[in-house]
Amino acid sequence: MPKPVFNEERCKGCELCTAVCPKKIVVIANRFNSKGYKPATCSDDAKCIGCALCAKACPDVVIEIHK
Amino acid sequence: MAEKLFSRPQSLKDVAFHYCPGCHHGIIHRLVAEVIDELDVRDKTIGVAPVGCSVLAYEYFNCDMFEAAHGRAPAVATGIKRSQPDTVVFTYQGDGDLAAIGCAEIVHAAARGEKITTIFVNNAIYGMTGGQMAPTSLIEQVTNTSPYGRNADSAGMPIRMSEMLATLDGASFIARVAVNNPANMAKAKAAIKKAFEIQINGHGFSMVEILSTCPTNWGMSPLEAAAWLEQKMIPYYPLGQFKAPEGVAK
Repeated sequence: MPKPVFNEERCKGCELCTAVCPKKIVVIANRFNSKGYKPATCSDDAKCIGCALCAKACPDVVIEIHK
Repeated sequence: MAEKLFSRPQSLKDVAFHYCPGCHHGIIHRLVAEVIDELDVRDKTIGVAPVGCSVLAYEYFNCDMFEAAHGRAPAVATGIKRSQPDTVVFTYQGDGDLAAIGCAEIVHAAARGEKITTIFVNNAIYGMTGGQMAPTSLIEQVTNTSPYGRNADSAGMPIRMSEMLATLDGASFIARVAVNNPANMAKAKAAIKKAFEIQINGHGFSMVEILSTCPTNWGMSPLEAAAWLEQKMIPYYPLGQFKAPEGVAK
């Protein structure tokens, strides 16, 4: 199962990843990282299809897709 | 360690970018780094960083890097490439750097057919200095130095650098791409790869102009900025390949 892994400390909460996810499971978390941004996260790992569009849309290389 | 379907390219250092949230520089850095990885030329690649928001690009690319004076990256790259012809040399420049203060350098580097690759990031504004009008700012675009919108009577029309440089015989490959959606990102990466390959194959000057957002200085959210790019920038700056050596596919 593919799994998106977020380096939340690097996230700036820009939301570009949330717009490209075909499954709409990349969302902004309701918590802050140490920079003061609300980081992106995955709401349901089981639905991830591993397309990596979120990772490709991320300007801060926050997201890795693990197999 | 888990097998990874997608991870940071080797040619990009594992450090945080200083760019604003949603700035496309980070995406473009990653695409250039992926191309360097895929062509397996990291050991012989030398990048030349500009002045502007991406002035710190030398902190991010995991290859040899050089910092040029404002706008002079193509001149510096010329010297590097001529003295080290076996290297792969690229410049990474914004629109203030390339289309304003460095306009002469890029025109003459292209005219001479220097065997270098230029990554030209056009976000239609001066970013680092705080949002002033650039040669590439659109008509009616509000910036700090065009508070009523850019006026063609006083500021002229925005310069289309790709079309201009494509008229020069020394330019081998000129393309304009964008990274505002996944399809355009794929095309952007393909164009960057072609540009590097054209240099490696000994052709002349190659440049990829990449339309980019500047959410901070445009005064928009990153998603609004991506939509503005699509609605306002692409109609004036059409995407496509303006010049390529014979035998290189469109």
